[in-house]
Amino acid sequence: MNSAPVTTSVRDRFPDLDAVRQRHQQKFKGDPKSRLQMITLVGGLIALYLFGLAYVGVTPMMLISGFGKFGIVVSAMLPPDPGSWENAITFAKGVIETLSMAFFGTICAAILALPFGFLAARNIVPNSFFHHLARRFLDIIRGIDTLIWALIWVGVVGLGPFAGVLAIITSDFGAFGKLFSETIEAADQKPVEGIIASGGSRWQSIRFGIVPQILPVLLGQVLYFFESNTRTTTIIGIVGAGGIGLYLTETIRTYLWEETSFIIILILITVAAIDFISSRIRTAIIGVRAV
Amino acid sequence: MATAIQPLPDDQNAHLQAVYGAALTQKRRQLILGCVIVVLLALLAAMGAEVDPHKFATNFWKFPRYFYDMTPHIGVMTFFDDVAEWYWGLGKWLRQMAETLLIAYVGTITGAVAAFFLSFIASNSLALNSWSQFAARRFLEFCRTVPDVTFALIFVVSFGLGPFPGVLALAVHTTGALGKLFYEIVDNIDMKPVEGLRATGATWAQQIRFGAVPQVLSNFTSYSLLRFEINVRGASVMGFVGAGGIGQLLIEYVRKFYYVDVGAVLIIIILTVMLIDYGTEKIRHRLIAMEGAR
Repeated sequence: MNSAPVTTSVRDRFPDLDAVRQRHQQKFKGDPKSRLQMITLVGGLIALYLFGLAYVGVTPMMLISGFGKFGIVVSAMLPPDPGSWENAITFAKGVIETLSMAFFGTICAAILALPFGFLAARNIVPNSFFHHLARRFLDIIRGIDTLIWALIWVGVVGLGPFAGVLAIITSDFGAFGKLFSETIEAADQKPVEGIIASGGSRWQSIRFGIVPQILPVLLGQVLYFFESNTRTTTIIGIVGAGGIGLYLTETIRTYLWEETSFIIILILITVAAIDFISSRIRTAIIGVRAV
Repeated sequence: MATAIQPLPDDQNAHLQAVYGAALTQKRRQLILGCVIVVLLALLAAMGAEVDPHKFATNFWKFPRYFYDMTPHIGVMTFFDDVAEWYWGLGKWLRQMAETLLIAYVGTITGAVAAFFLSFIASNSLALNSWSQFAARRFLEFCRTVPDVTFALIFVVSFGLGPFPGVLALAVHTTGALGKLFYEIVDNIDMKPVEGLRATGATWAQQIRFGAVPQVLSNFTSYSLLRFEINVRGASVMGFVGAGGIGQLLIEYVRKFYYVDVGAVLIIIILTVMLIDYGTEKIRHRLIAMEGAR
């Protein structure tokens, strides 16, 4: 902002500042039309935000009492304590179950999505009708949250981690299918042309022209999803689909706050460890620090 | 004109072939070893996750059946009446969906604003001091790592059932997720404008306002839009834990086996998510174009 002393010194040095301003109004003020558009847009967004706050019932009183209660909850969480050794072992088993679900689910989803990703890529199957059909199909799968898939799979195979695995596979199939096909489409076409020109078959052009380009990228994406699935599988238990989330929900619903914070810390450590390992592997595969 | 490529003399060729073969074998061995490790880990994980192919095979028919049950009988002649009957609660569902969008919107904005302020403190290039940088980074890490539904569970206890815990949970998680992306953007800005401002005696806030913000704003907006997309999905399940939105109705219908209603609500969710994805993608492309033109 122009504080007073700065302004005077500028005016001393540029006596014709006002004249310059007059001549180059656009440079100083910008286009009045786009400025108006911007103000309307930002004003509209702020108005919607305030309406939203009012709608969800935010009042100062409610915030004070709510955060007061939240403070009590947080103080009840300290110190984190599993309660007993049996509990600690149960929670640790929950974490292992969670990791198993995430790992197996991610791998299965990647294997299932790979052929589909090729089919949905425009440069492999150049049929725009099929391309759009495949893309919309993937969009529908991705539109449904993993928790909803878990709910559906619990209805099919019953309660337990297996339902969670299937939910991860289903929802990641949608995400992988889209990512894979986009990666394949972004691949450089020159190696493919080279192979075709030297007499290679269509299959060889894919195997030696495209696969070497995309493989490290795909592996990076799979690792990234493994990381994010570790987070997802920690909550999937709230609908009865296995993992540590079941215990987390139980301890919160029964107000066992010290156990709750113990589980949250367990989750934090696990996720941090997985992030660390997978970013190491990703660096080794891709050669750069990606994502 | 036919030109035959002269083959190398045998002794040279044999040497090259041997080296090539050895390199190939080495690579293959690594690949096989990697595959074996992954397969072993996958088998262990399958055991840990109680994967049961038999159960899957015997129950899989229920999966398509589930979707079959979700669609009501729609006759050709009575098409409109049937659809109207299927969507008997359209008004209520749309209101709930609007609430879901509002939860996602308020959560995203709150989180994005918090992330905006924290990102400068947490960045390498514009940090105030190492102590506050460390604190900001750990705070963002915490917000990012704990899943939003976990926050929602805890906030529901302290704020009561309703949309506000959902908003707060999304806001906290968004702060963490966007904060990291934001400070990585801030670390990558061109520092010359900031240095120029510093040389003229601008304060820290002025350096940020006039040196950094013009450079990062379009990227920040783009990432916030992406986050909004993710939060719409997240808000649609907040109702599972009593934190408002359409999820509340959905889990109620699932628990009561109102399959047809589940189908109707799912279609509303999917269409909304697709619409939002499409819209934000359009805006982000325009932002990227603006960035390119600058």
